[in-house]
Amino acid sequence: MPIVSLSRIADARSGDKGEGSNVGVMARSDAAFAFLKRALTTEVVKAHMHAINFGAVKRYESESLRVLNFILADSLGGGGSASLKTDAQGKTHGLALLRLKLDVPADVLASTPE
Amino acid sequence: MARKDKVLVANGQGFWGDSLLGPIRLCREGPIDYLTLDYLAEVTMSILQKQYLRDPSKGFATDFVKMIDRTAPELVKKGIKVVANAGGVNPMACKDATIAALHRQGFKGVKIAVVEGDNIYGQLDGLLAGGEELKNMDTGAALSSVRSKVTSANVYLGAFPTAEALDRGAQIVITGRGTDPGLVLGPLIHEFGWKPSDYDLIAAGTIAGHIVECGAQCTGGNYVDWRAVKNMAMVGYPIVEASADGSFVITKHAGTGGMVTPRSILHQLVYEMGDPKNYIGPDGTADFTSIKMEQEGPDRVRITGAKGGPPTPTYKVSISYEDGWKALGQLTISGPDALEKARLCAEIVWKRLEYDGCTFKEHEKLVEFVGANVCHAGIDVPHASEPSEVVLRLGVKGADKARIERFGYELVPLVTSGPPGVTGFAGGRPHATEIIGFWPALMRKDKVTTKVTLFES
Repeated sequence: MPIVSLSRIADARSGDKGEGSNVGVMARSDAAFAFLKRALTTEVVKAHMHAINFGAVKRYESESLRVLNFILADSLGGGGSASLKTDAQGKTHGLALLRLKLDVPADVLASTPE
Repeated sequence: MARKDKVLVANGQGFWGDSLLGPIRLCREGPIDYLTLDYLAEVTMSILQKQYLRDPSKGFATDFVKMIDRTAPELVKKGIKVVANAGGVNPMACKDATIAALHRQGFKGVKIAVVEGDNIYGQLDGLLAGGEELKNMDTGAALSSVRSKVTSANVYLGAFPTAEALDRGAQIVITGRGTDPGLVLGPLIHEFGWKPSDYDLIAAGTIAGHIVECGAQCTGGNYVDWRAVKNMAMVGYPIVEASADGSFVITKHAGTGGMVTPRSILHQLVYEMGDPKNYIGPDGTADFTSIKMEQEGPDRVRITGAKGGPPTPTYKVSISYEDGWKALGQLTISGPDALEKARLCAEIVWKRLEYDGCTFKEHEKLVEFVGANVCHAGIDVPHASEPSEVVLRLGVKGADKARIERFGYELVPLVTSGPPGVTGFAGGRPHATEIIGFWPALMRKDKVTTKVTLFES
């Protein structure tokens, strides 16, 4: 199975939620969504974002939207005006997650637009 | 009153600081019935409260008045109605400044409504004594632990007071803290006569409002496939073309940049989202997963099927409080060996401060090497280890203002007493600024009284 970035099969956007951020991952095909439901677990996201998020990771699913929504509980260095970080609102966390390397089955790649 | 078939509700500014061109172009480049503008973030309320305490004529979003100055002729000529949460903590002063702007442009007889009732700062002690605990929703802590430091307290009001203001003939509605989607929902309630128990319709209006509340973020701004976005400079701001049955089309004016597709809309639907099946607003809950999106024409996406549920018995309250001090400064370090020299610079700053008895705990300090993978820390990215230059960003925070100020003195000296290639100190010495803490809480809706007052320019 080819190793590709998550960005090959999904879009993402992120923003702040209190002292944490959310990353909405949007699969670009049904096959990609079915694959990501299995492969993109909270453990995988937590490990990939280990130097960005220091709290729990929660996942919400929406079949009809083909969306996996991740809440990173502690990813903003305090959040709001208490944060000293450059990305105090988590604006770049979506792109950070899209850099994740995944072993994606060839048939999923074939049915997912670039 | 005869109801319209379709109503065009546009969003011209997604936050305080958004481009002034959004509303100006929306008024010029095609038809709209309503112009909505969103100015308030949590931190904004606290800043406005401080301005108000220093000067009772301040405490509102001054960008709104600039916008009225620029767009008044078109707003009046075309009869465009305006709904904005520009009132901040002082909506009456915002109304006065708006009337003054209309007069400057020579317009009299414009009806302006002010929605009040969100600001509970003056009632806090009475509410606490009356049994409202206003516990922190995230931590569960009692408000009493920070009560003496509270600088603002506002309820997120629903959209029905805005609808009432429009029912009474207002062309401009100025509110304090309301929800962002409510700016769109209010006009739809007014136009279509939706009732509080029309949960699916309330959900539809809420979802429409959420999609457009950040301006161009649903029309190609902040979009992953950014190379595919045409004419981003003149990106079109979003317009909801709403129908009484709760279906709506998201579109933008012809000839503007960007695009409206299910994919561009989905990008915004997930923005700042929690549980997609249960989006809680003051007027009801919305199920984002219930909608169907269909591209019915170029830059036109029809959205149907929105489902919702009844509102909760509580309002969300946004409370802010003084939470210490912080200072941030930066220098640019050129190569060769940019990253290694930047690390040395950071060490030097902490050592010099320590020599002078000024130490900080790890969680009170920030060191960033911008250019060497700050945003995607811990993730393998190309060229992160050998940047040709980096921006060294240093920061501290804590309760003692004097210590935070002391830090600011040790950054710029690196130019002459550090490694070679240190520059970019144009910002000068960093100073201590206040940290504004955010305290989300809930309170019973029956303790809040809203008031709508009508004025004429």
